[in-house]
Amino acid sequence: MLAQVVFYVFAAVLLLSGVMVISVRNPVHAVLFLILAFFNAAGLFLIAGAEFLAMLLVIVYVGAVAVLFLFVVMMLDIDFTQLREGLQRNAPIGACVGAILFAELVMAVSNWTMAPAGAGGSVQAAPGLTNTAALGTLIYTHYVLLFQACGLVLLVAMIGAIVLTLRQTGSGRRQNIEKQHARTREDTLELVQLPLGENVLEQGGFLRPGTSYYEIAVPGSYGAAEQPKEAEKEETGA
Amino acid sequence: MTPAIAPVGLGPYLVVSAALLVLGVLGIFLNRKNIIIILMSMELILLAANLNFVAFSSAHADLSGQVMVLFVLTIAAAEAAIGLAIVTVYFRNRGSIQVEDVTMMKG
Repeated sequence: MLAQVVFYVFAAVLLLSGVMVISVRNPVHAVLFLILAFFNAAGLFLIAGAEFLAMLLVIVYVGAVAVLFLFVVMMLDIDFTQLREGLQRNAPIGACVGAILFAELVMAVSNWTMAPAGAGGSVQAAPGLTNTAALGTLIYTHYVLLFQACGLVLLVAMIGAIVLTLRQTGSGRRQNIEKQHARTREDTLELVQLPLGENVLEQGGFLRPGTSYYEIAVPGSYGAAEQPKEAEKEETGA
Repeated sequence: MTPAIAPVGLGPYLVVSAALLVLGVLGIFLNRKNIIIILMSMELILLAANLNFVAFSSAHADLSGQVMVLFVLTIAAAEAAIGLAIVTVYFRNRGSIQVEDVTMMKG
């Protein structure tokens, strides 16, 4: 009885937040409702006895994917009112397609019977294990190749995302590696006797032989080389 | 051993999952211009599929469904990362994310 009540509460909030995801005006709110939907789906997973997947959903989706969405929504300066213009025009088509799809799904569910069990090779875990341990024994034995392939997919996705968003001529300070390696200690190190109560800035800052930083930098990547004093003050002041 | 899903039954899970899938499809139709909402709708659709997998896995007492959910989650995360990277690059190049304007590759 309790399980049923909890199920219907979670399901209702899940569907409501799903409606809000696709209908709210502000995309930040949409992402927050998506997070709510994932939390409720995790609750439904728990009721079905999949504890590990419920926790995975919370950690991976709420902790990583939804935050990624939030980052992108907040970082891009998008005129969102402009994006809502086609809503009225597309609503009837979407409603038609959605109604037909839902009717078909309900028909399929109501006219469907379960095949006799035991026909295929059903994968059973050893009895007495917790859900997490049982999943672990399955993943690392029966599904180990698929598991490795999943890792490969994630690797490709990571490399792809980095390659896509990497700026070739970015800002940031880059150094000429050969010059950096060829530097000697005399080029870079300077010992100064500092009188008591004297500020380092008055003695020329922390970057002691100030020009040596410009010599090893890739041209243009370490500020203007003509005014080392200016850039130096900025550097030490920051 | 009775499955954990027994007090609720398989039917309500399937109905909720179907409704969630319809919501995702509807979201793609309603927000034709905003690709970020489209990506979120795709996450909803994958979540509906995951809900089905878990419900059947619990009803059959067969763990392979839950392993499949693990793989679907992986693919969904990879897809979201790549999709958002493409959105970022597209926004950097064009200054908008109106996907209806993306006709540059039309032959």
